[in-house]
Amino acid sequence: MGIIAGVLDAVNASAADAGALRVLAVNLRVGRMTEAIPDALTFAFEALSEGTISEGAELVLEIVEPTSFCLECGSEFSHDRFHRICPNCGSYETTLLSGRELEIASIEVDLPDEE
Amino acid sequence: MRIDMHKPILEKNDAIAAELRRRFAEDHVYVVDLLASPGSGKTSTILATIDALRDEFNIAVIEGDIASSVDAEKIKAQGIPAVQINTGGACHLESAMLKRAIDVLDLERLDLIIVENVGNLVCPTDFDLGENSKVMILSVPEGDDKPLKYPGVFQVSDAVILNKIDTMPVFDFDRDAFCAAVRDLNPKAPIFPIAATKGDGVEEWASWLAERVHSV
Repeated sequence: MGIIAGVLDAVNASAADAGALRVLAVNLRVGRMTEAIPDALTFAFEALSEGTISEGAELVLEIVEPTSFCLECGSEFSHDRFHRICPNCGSYETTLLSGRELEIASIEVDLPDEE
Repeated sequence: MRIDMHKPILEKNDAIAAELRRRFAEDHVYVVDLLASPGSGKTSTILATIDALRDEFNIAVIEGDIASSVDAEKIKAQGIPAVQINTGGACHLESAMLKRAIDVLDLERLDLIIVENVGNLVCPTDFDLGENSKVMILSVPEGDDKPLKYPGVFQVSDAVILNKIDTMPVFDFDRDAFCAAVRDLNPKAPIFPIAATKGDGVEEWASWLAERVHSV
């Protein structure tokens, strides 16, 4: 809910700035390692967008799979949510490169002069 | 028409958290954010920590709850400043809420602020509060399988407190399996087994924290 409230504030402001009549789609990038749950995001979006310029817009979620970098051997590897040990050298000293994204990538809007 | 935004959703939260982090550093205050389920013994752990460290440091506590101020009252009864944040239904603290609580504290005379987040193992993990460390508490009755069910909170925590170890004979809790699962998710985090209400193990946890408070 908190996440989607922030999304709608930003999206509605950007759409209004662009002079849009309505928002058709909102494209989010969501990292696998965050606690954001797609169904919950969609539900919150439908509930909170009601009565705003974003009502009826489609929420499109791109799930970003985690990748990490090994500080010991320098290899870059993708992994699941649970295991971040370097598959190459077995080191625990790894840094997450992607997988914690929570980002509004873009929005699709209807403009008055578009036909 | 497509409008590219590339906007981090938690930008506002992260900006306030960064500002808080600067203020904490300026005043040499160490801030620890405690994450745990309801009933895992967060407040008892805080009381035991206060007992262990109150002679060494000036401590304040910020209590995050959906409603009521019962926890803050317990802390105040110990003569420790406590601020209650009622989130009014929100399942986690956000940096703007913490900022309002910080504004009523005298940061200059404090060494350590313990933040008790809302009882929840999910939502608080994604919200930066400007804290120096996040520490999670799991209690034995919750079960040894929690690292598998809630990996996120174990991954963002700098230390894991295993509370209520005095109840281990009653619950079928596999301590080795628990520790192995935590190590898999977060090899760097130390695990502190404690019984907060009895004082067992509190010294190890308190000295880990004290070392960090001294370093800021």
